Amino acid sequence: MDANSSIPPGQPGQPGQPAGSFTATGRGPRLLSGGGTRATVVSTISTIVVLAILVLIFLLAPGARSVEHFFFNPTDMWKAFIGNPRQGYYSVGAAIWLNIRMFLVAEVLILLLALGLALIRQSTAPALFPIRLLTTGYVDFFRGVPLILVIFALGLGVPALGLPFVSSQPDAVYGVAALVLSYSAYVSEVYRAGLNSVHQSQVSAARSLGLSQGTALRYVVLPQAVRNIIPPLLNDFISLQKDTALVGTLGVIEANKAAGIFSETVFNFSSFTVAAILFLILTIPLARFTDRLIERDRRRRLALGGQ
Amino acid sequence: MTALAKEAIQIEDLHKSFGTNEVLRGIDLAVRPHEVICLIGASGSGKSTLLRCVNLLEPIDSGRISLFGEDITGLRVDANLVRRQIGIVFQSFNLFPHMNVLRNVTLAPTKVLKTPSAQATDEARALLDRFGLLDKTDDYPDRLSGGQQQRVAIVRALAMRPQIMLLDEVTSALDPELVAEVLEVIAELASGGMTMLIATHEMGFARDTANRVCFLEEGKIIEDAPPAELFTNPRDDRTRRFLRRIVEAKRL
Repeated sequence: MDANSSIPPGQPGQPGQPAGSFTATGRGPRLLSGGGTRATVVSTISTIVVLAILVLIFLLAPGARSVEHFFFNPTDMWKAFIGNPRQGYYSVGAAIWLNIRMFLVAEVLILLLALGLALIRQSTAPALFPIRLLTTGYVDFFRGVPLILVIFALGLGVPALGLPFVSSQPDAVYGVAALVLSYSAYVSEVYRAGLNSVHQSQVSAARSLGLSQGTALRYVVLPQAVRNIIPPLLNDFISLQKDTALVGTLGVIEANKAAGIFSETVFNFSSFTVAAILFLILTIPLARFTDRLIERDRRRRLALGGQ
Repeated sequence: MTALAKEAIQIEDLHKSFGTNEVLRGIDLAVRPHEVICLIGASGSGKSTLLRCVNLLEPIDSGRISLFGEDITGLRVDANLVRRQIGIVFQSFNLFPHMNVLRNVTLAPTKVLKTPSAQATDEARALLDRFGLLDKTDDYPDRLSGGQQQRVAIVRALAMRPQIMLLDEVTSALDPELVAEVLEVIAELASGGMTMLIATHEMGFARDTANRVCFLEEGKIIEDAPPAELFTNPRDDRTRRFLRRIVEAKRL
């Protein structure tokens, strides 16, 4: 960690002195490596200074008081969080639960559908050509159309069809269906990148051992592909968590919709701050969890001793 | 056919092109059971492609390959069944990086041969022990040296109890000091009677281990002779030229 420690003590001519231009200032390498007490102190101070400046700019702004009242009012934030149906607004804290459920259901379906799409697009069998063409069209279409239009199309169009069962679902179901259709187009591309990232020689090795194409895919290619795409996959899922808010446009009372109803009833926007905080509480741990997952996998595979 | 049935591998007039580049231009080669044949020749002479064709990793353009008298290049052949009988080891090891050594070795026996997990583990440990790798059972490939990885790759292929082993320049990616441990393993397999077709740049190894050495150039077998003959008294000019270059490069 310490750049000086790599220099053997007692260099000729300069006993005990750090030698070489690399360590002349004693700064560059340390800051880059992020280690050492000094680096910690410097980074802490700079963080405090930057935050202080940002808070100061906010407090000195001419409209600071009114923004504080309309967006960060603790009383209204608490009221919005617990809700009060008798006064005409819902609990944002309870409504986020619907976002979580929509997210969880959509995520599982997206992972499965997107994998299917990716595998079809990766296939080489001539007989599958028409299906390949269809999936390519599917991906192009749903990546190109704004998600909110897909939500409207399904949420308003499908009930209007008057089909038995299909047309009589709760609005949240159409919202989830729209999320699944749209996101699986994106995620299938992520899968495809992952499948391509596994070297062909791995397939050769698996097939040469007598593994069938399916078995090689299941045990050799997919596990490596998925490991490689965990970061972009998580990125899409954080996005998905937030986009569950768009389902509110169908009138579903999820966190963002509940916050909107509060602001229209009480004429205070602190409910949106509550919704924002709740979304952050959901997404940040997911991001940290994935970082840990990646790090654990990396450490398990690389030499722990050795170097 | 009875004469043919004696051959472990019988290759007849094999042709293979990649695009307009004809890599194999009519290969005829017979490998008898328990025979060790080394393929030598410059890079690009078609050695690796020939091995990949025998393992059906590359589709052939024309010709015929038989295994113990059975045509394996026909249309109705189950490539997975053929590959169970043939082990192949690659230059770049190609171990599965997401599995530890034991799992690398037991994957194919449990999934392809449906060997019960406990039995597959016992057999794998016995093989790893035989090649001095028992203490590496739980390690992941990235933690092993190149020589260890290549020995694991050989064990992985052996775990399927193949009747024939194909070795594709298995020491070419190794640091010089790690070559010996891998060659020792191959020599042990040879003395155990394993039928092997080996593409190699290690001329000393070919001379000591092979029953026959084939010199390939531009997709053809130029000379096919016992090592003592081929290395000391090559008949063909092209073989002589190749060997002279090898000697000049101090590789023999």
